[in-house]
Amino acid sequence: MEGLNELAFVLGGVNHWITVFLIMAGLYIIVSRSNMIKKLVGLSIFQTSVYLLYVSPGKIIGGTAPIISDDFTVYSNPLPHVLILTAIVVGVATLALGLALVIRINEAYGSIEEDDVYSGEDWN
Amino acid sequence: MEFLFNLILLLFLAAVTIGIIGVRNLFAVVVLSGAYSFLMATLLIAMDAVDVGMTEAAVGAGVSTVLLLSALHLTNTEEAPAKHSNVLPMALALLTGAALVYGTWDLPRYGDPDTPMNSYVGDEYLERSIPETTIPNVVTSVLASYRGYDTLGETAVIFTAGIGVLMLLYGRRRKGDDDEGGDRS
Repeated sequence: MEGLNELAFVLGGVNHWITVFLIMAGLYIIVSRSNMIKKLVGLSIFQTSVYLLYVSPGKIIGGTAPIISDDFTVYSNPLPHVLILTAIVVGVATLALGLALVIRINEAYGSIEEDDVYSGEDWN
Repeated sequence: MEFLFNLILLLFLAAVTIGIIGVRNLFAVVVLSGAYSFLMATLLIAMDAVDVGMTEAAVGAGVSTVLLLSALHLTNTEEAPAKHSNVLPMALALLTGAALVYGTWDLPRYGDPDTPMNSYVGDEYLERSIPETTIPNVVTSVLASYRGYDTLGETAVIFTAGIGVLMLLYGRRRKGDDDEGGDRS
C-alpha cells in the first residue's frame, strides 16, 4: 500500500511536469526559430499546454464528465472546462491573424524568415 | 489505470513536441501539430473534459491545420537553417521550466477531490445547474448562462480577428495579380 501511494504521488506529479515541458518547448520554439510559421506553431503549443495546466487540476479520480445523471455521484470540476473552451477559440483567432500577417510579410519581403526580413534594407 | 492511460498520452505528447522542434520541413511540422492536437483532445477527454476535447479536435486539429496548410501554400515550405546559436533560448526555456517546476511543488496532486479548487465553486455549479437552469450538461449551463458575458467577449475577439484577417488579405488581392490568391477564409 505504501509503494502504491508512492507511485500515485510520482505519477500525479508527471502531469504537471509534462505540462511544464510543453510550455518550455513552446517558448523555446518561439524564441529560437527564425521561421515565422514555426514560431506560430510554437505559440500554439504554448497555448495548448495552458489547457492542460487548467484542466488537469479539475480532474477527480473516479469522477466522470460533468453531465448530471442519476447514475453518477462524482463529477470532475466543470469551471476549468468552460474557461478553456473560450481559450481554444481565442487561440485559433490569434493563429489566423498571425498567419495573415505572415502572408503579407512574405509578399513584402519575399521571405518568412525573421533574419531575412530584418537584414533587408528596402523598408517600404 | 487512469494514471497509466494519462501517462502514456502525455509521453506521446512530449515525443510529438520534440519532433516539431527538430523537423525542418514545414509540412511535416503542420502534420505533427495536427497529431499533437488530436493527442491533446484524447487526453482532455480522458480527463473528463469532453466538451473541451471535442472543441480541440474540431478547432485545434481541424481548423488550425487547414489555416496553416493554406498559409504554407501561399508562402514557403522549407525552414532555413539556423543562423544563431540556440544557447540563449535554451537557457531561457530551462530557467522558465525550473521556476515552473519549483511552483508545482506546492500544487495538489493530480486527481485529488479535496483541493480548494474542487471543493467550493465547482461543487456550487454542479448543485445549482439543474434547479436553476434545467440543463444537465454543467459546462453548457456555465458557458451560456452563468458566464454568458465571457462568451460575448469571446465573440468580440473572434469578430475583431476576422476583421483583421479580412483587412490584411483584402489589400493583398488588389495589389498582387501574380498568383490565384483568395483561398483563405
